[in-house]
Amino acid sequence: MAQQQKRMITNRVAFLEQKVPAYASVLGIVGLLAVWEIIARMGWVSPLFLPAPTTIVTDGWAMLVNGEIIDNLFASLYRIVLGYVLGASFGIIIGLLLGFSRWADAIGTPVVYSIYPIPKIALLPLFILWLGIGELSKVTIIALGVFFPVVINTYSGVKNVDEMLIKAAVTFGSNHLNVIRKVILPGSLPMIFAGLKLAAGTSLLLLVAAEMIAAQQGIGSMVLHYGNLMITSKLMVGVLILSLLGLTFNRTLQWLEKKLLPWN
Amino acid sequence: MKVVIEDVSKTFIDSKKKEVKALENINFTISDEEFIVLVGPSGCGKSTLLNIVGGLLSPTTGSVYFEGEGLEERTPTLGIVFQEIALFPWRTVYENVVYGLQERKLSKAEQKEKGQYYIDMVGLTGFENAYPKQLSGGMKQRAGIARALAIEPHLLLMDEPFSALDAQTRTIMQEELLTIWNRTKLSTLYVTHNIQEAVYLADRVIVLSRHPGKIKSIIDIDLPKNGRNNEEHREKFEQYADEIWQLIRHDAEEALKEG
Repeated sequence: MAQQQKRMITNRVAFLEQKVPAYASVLGIVGLLAVWEIIARMGWVSPLFLPAPTTIVTDGWAMLVNGEIIDNLFASLYRIVLGYVLGASFGIIIGLLLGFSRWADAIGTPVVYSIYPIPKIALLPLFILWLGIGELSKVTIIALGVFFPVVINTYSGVKNVDEMLIKAAVTFGSNHLNVIRKVILPGSLPMIFAGLKLAAGTSLLLLVAAEMIAAQQGIGSMVLHYGNLMITSKLMVGVLILSLLGLTFNRTLQWLEKKLLPWN
Repeated sequence: MKVVIEDVSKTFIDSKKKEVKALENINFTISDEEFIVLVGPSGCGKSTLLNIVGGLLSPTTGSVYFEGEGLEERTPTLGIVFQEIALFPWRTVYENVVYGLQERKLSKAEQKEKGQYYIDMVGLTGFENAYPKQLSGGMKQRAGIARALAIEPHLLLMDEPFSALDAQTRTIMQEELLTIWNRTKLSTLYVTHNIQEAVYLADRVIVLSRHPGKIKSIIDIDLPKNGRNNEEHREKFEQYADEIWQLIRHDAEEALKEG
């Protein structure tokens, strides 16, 4: 009798399930900062072009203590929060309306789609002309930039609500108002949130652009100011704050989404 | 109270602007506490007919109405169990089941009592706070059934409720449905393409033909409502199933060719 042999069958796609330790996620950032710091310390690149991360942090701390950051940050926050809330509210309401009513859809949707492609910042001079150089023109431009992604997403969210669910609701006794309130609104919430997240990026972009063009205060004007003075480290502080602002914004929206959409 | 389907026909306009007759000359009555199963090959218009009876589609001609005493003071209600289940994904099992009760403005206490009663009846006790996404297909459909039962409808409509389930789950659900039906005795119109299911559940089977959907035959199932899958009824059961299959077979083959 021939000798019995064994050939093991092993999982050949084990690489798909490879485990990565938790510290791996900070490795890239820490590594980048370390290389950056070394380059700056060695004097390979002039600090005018690339200040060391430690310098940026020290300068940032000084600016925080003397209140410069707080003042500028509050000016920016006021504009972006007000603009965002206004734009998002109108966007959701108009979007729901366009989605529900055939008449509103026929009349309103072509209007929305014809204004949508305009880069909103191009309208800033017009708004300054109409509304003055004050806060109103900047808030309006942010609101407008937020409005469009939200309105379009809300609209398609409403259109994508499963017709079966509407039929089910009607079968179990819902009137039109309750169909809207209990089916169409929750059904389009995931799309509305996609729009809100998209709009968060837009609002930050418009905030900085508007502040660079026409503002005495705000993170955007601060960045521009230090750029003109060629104080690169303080310019970088501004950039860092903007990045943190964007991050906070996204996290807040994610948290809100989890709260409002527990079923997803 | 009975439900009368009178001279119902339905004509659709297809994408080439041609008229397609989906249903023609449909007449039958669903008596009190009667379980009627509509069976037919795909494309025979059985779902169309169920949608018309359920008030989700208007017939081209004819009408569907309740007939009985005391209809002036109360509107008869319909409960529908959908093939797609159609649970609200943002509502928990309990919130889904009491949906119809909320819309009928029942008090919180009544909602709680009835909701829990029917959740227990379909065997979902302990899953009240789960979202539909967290449930298996069979459990979702149980919730769908509980939602339809909770409003204690005068007519229960079921549109291929178990067609999305695997064969084992399906068998269990059929048995459970029968148990539930024996407790509630609701007049029921049930649509399926599964002949065994039809013979297993029905008091009367209505066989539809296709192009256009017409009633080909109405068959009284003369078997006790319970234990039809027992050995003693095996022969008769198979006879009924075969009789229906012979009626449908030709149409089913035609349907297959058309794809």
